[in-house]
Amino acid sequence: MRTVSIKDVIKAVRDVCIHANRYQPADVKKCLKEGGAKEDSPTAKEVFRQIAENIDLAESTGLPLCQDTGLAVFFVEIGQDVYVDGNLTEGINEGVRQGYGEGFLRKSACDPFTRKNTGDNTPAVIHYDIVPGDKLRIAFMAKGGGAENMSRVTMLAPAEGWEGVKKFVLTRVSEARSNPCPPILIGVGLGGTFEHSAKLAKLALMRKVDDVNSDPDLAAKEKELLALVNKLNIGPMGLGGKQTALALKIMKSPCHIASLPLAVNIQCHSSRHEEVEL
Amino acid sequence: MPTYEMSAPLSDADARKLRSGDVVFLNGIIYTARDAAHKKLNDLLDEGKELPIDLKGAVIYYVGPSPAQPGYVIGSAGPTTSYRMDAFAPRLHSLGAKASIGKGIRNEAVKKALKDYGGVYFGATGGAGALLSACIKEAEVVAFPEMGPEALRRLRVERLPLLVINDSVGGELYVQADLKAVGLA
Repeated sequence: MRTVSIKDVIKAVRDVCIHANRYQPADVKKCLKEGGAKEDSPTAKEVFRQIAENIDLAESTGLPLCQDTGLAVFFVEIGQDVYVDGNLTEGINEGVRQGYGEGFLRKSACDPFTRKNTGDNTPAVIHYDIVPGDKLRIAFMAKGGGAENMSRVTMLAPAEGWEGVKKFVLTRVSEARSNPCPPILIGVGLGGTFEHSAKLAKLALMRKVDDVNSDPDLAAKEKELLALVNKLNIGPMGLGGKQTALALKIMKSPCHIASLPLAVNIQCHSSRHEEVEL
Repeated sequence: MPTYEMSAPLSDADARKLRSGDVVFLNGIIYTARDAAHKKLNDLLDEGKELPIDLKGAVIYYVGPSPAQPGYVIGSAGPTTSYRMDAFAPRLHSLGAKASIGKGIRNEAVKKALKDYGGVYFGATGGAGALLSACIKEAEVVAFPEMGPEALRRLRVERLPLLVINDSVGGELYVQADLKAVGLA
């Protein structure tokens, strides 16, 4: 067994919350900086110009990229040969508390009914997975409300198949229009159960913009559906243009013979996520 | 595209002359309010109580800023999605408010209120909170401090870059998705 100190977990989570909210991942940043040159309309170019300037400003001032610094979502992979010398869930939440406090990040967590703010952006949404090895991997995503609100889960009939999946995704993006801050990133979760499809869709948003799915069939489907989304002409901020989405990633899992669960998780262009390994 | 520099509170004449697609650099005094503050304002009106702000010519910015770092008047401060305020906006327009600033589509009731009362809906670039923050020169909580990021704030802005999305004559800047291009229409 390898021991990981809970103090190191707290520090790593604190730091990743602050850093991810100020610095876009390199792949997303590249898309956003180069996006303007791919558009024809002056309005679309201007949106990309402002987004690019915003990235530079966040880096130079330490202001968060967006005032919506998100609910704190974590995917944690615990190597089965790791021993954490404290309460891991408490440690992650303490890291969030410190990061959102000391990093001047917005606290967006509130009670569903009273709407009373919890005051420190906890509790985080934490997904755990046990994996082989002696490492602790913590992937963080700052998930803003505007794009999350445009996300949906549905249960298709198996016979609807790939055509049904395409139709649902295209309809969702068409209805969302300017609301989720396009150019968006789209995570598609297919299969499993109701809740598992949603988790897969969110995991898909953790993938790099330019990665290629190791499953050739899914790689082709991702390419096909992304091209269709970008024919919708919603464009940056919904003002028309070629780039409605920067990426579309699919993750799948076997499902019940009666079902075809489908989740579409939409992420805004400020796709803030980062991983640390302890 | 036509570009204006305007001052808030917004005059009726200024609001009515704007058209979808116009660029406006806004100076002056505006107020922040999002979900919780709108509900509270609406409750106060239902109870016949006085509002904490003067709505005449008011420009309401849908934003919940991040906390100010030392040396800054405010944190990141970009627009939130506007449709959640659709239920409240027509009433505020009927009482004198001239404009809102947000991002995302509005419903028909809001578009009708813009026509009925000579109002305008501005879009600011979502996810550009650090950029827009630089245009905010003063910020002060004027009501509902218990709401934290959702408190009602008075801002003084300089050259806040805005785009007219919906105007007072039914104009709309947001495009409809091209469903024909993907075989869905």
